Amino acid sequence: MLAIALPVGFGLIVLALLLNLYRLLRGPTLPDRALALDTMYINAIALIVLYGIATDGKLYFEAGMLIALIGFVSTVAVAKYMTRGDIIE
Amino acid sequence: MSRLLPFPMLSLLLWLSWLLLNGFSWGHGLLGLVLAVVLPLGTRPFWPNVPRLRDFLKLVRFVLVVHWDIITANLVVARLILGSPRKLRPAFVEMPLELTDDFAITLLTSTISLTPGTVSADVSEDRRTLLIHALDMDDEAALVAQIKQRYERPLKEIFEC
Amino acid sequence: MNQVVEFLVSAAILVGGVFALVGSIGLARLPDFYLRLHGPTKATTLGVGGTILASLLFFSWREQALQLQEVLIALFLFITAPVSAHMLAKAAMHRELKRREDTRGRPWKQ
Repeated sequence: MLAIALPVGFGLIVLALLLNLYRLLRGPTLPDRALALDTMYINAIALIVLYGIATDGKLYFEAGMLIALIGFVSTVAVAKYMTRGDIIE
Repeated sequence: MSRLLPFPMLSLLLWLSWLLLNGFSWGHGLLGLVLAVVLPLGTRPFWPNVPRLRDFLKLVRFVLVVHWDIITANLVVARLILGSPRKLRPAFVEMPLELTDDFAITLLTSTISLTPGTVSADVSEDRRTLLIHALDMDDEAALVAQIKQRYERPLKEIFEC
Repeated sequence: MNQVVEFLVSAAILVGGVFALVGSIGLARLPDFYLRLHGPTKATTLGVGGTILASLLFFSWREQALQLQEVLIALFLFITAPVSAHMLAKAAMHRELKRREDTRGRPWKQ
């Protein structure tokens, strides 16, 4: 069962990432692109967690955690830059 | 006690996340305990006034309600997203806030963003009004009343008098 | 591997994948920024939630002990997703992005 569910799960998330890429390239505004990147890193975490199950490795958890931390900080930094024109006031 | 542990809940959370990150063992339990005491002491000046937790059971109930709402909300939002975008009735709504504490307001706005078709967009300077964007709103008064009854009142009971 | 556990893990993976996809479909097809904001903040968190639940069940079964560290990722995302949505909404209002004409109410000046 898992042998079917895993590839399907990968497919669904890769499709999601492609849709995010479409929004990232299409824009039309800067906040749209930032939102697309924000969604992309969250989907990337899902992909990594799935890869961890597929390869039966526990190391991927740390990669997922790091992406979560860095992704959040960068989204906030970009959003703040768009609002204030500055990141650290 | 209160001088050594200014924020007992924060210390408990830190200790638990240290153990979750590193696995359960005596060594990490001890190291985590040291960090759980030292980190809140060291960062104390940065923390705003954190309200006292008045009712732990109500907090647990609130967390369960929110999780349930997140799951149902996702089904509702999924249907809206996959349906025709023409049928959506988007709206900006201003909601008067009864909560006064910054931390409680943060919890409320986060809850609103995670649940049915609403994203909190802004809080006014004086902390009296909350701006919410709704994906598909039928009746403004009903939406505000629902948020107040389901999330704001419990939060008020948990943190304030 | 136990049939029941395998079924639960597979179901969690599929639920997670479907919700991640639905959130991204919302991002791709909804007409204005404020509407697009709704997809990622909800559907995607549940999407990651589903895969993390799957991973939790899978490794807990394999090691025959409760493995809770994946929960940290989910917890972190549940705390941060509303914050980034809030910041992006503020940025959008600051830039006075167009909204669909039939939107009731109006955003605040930033």
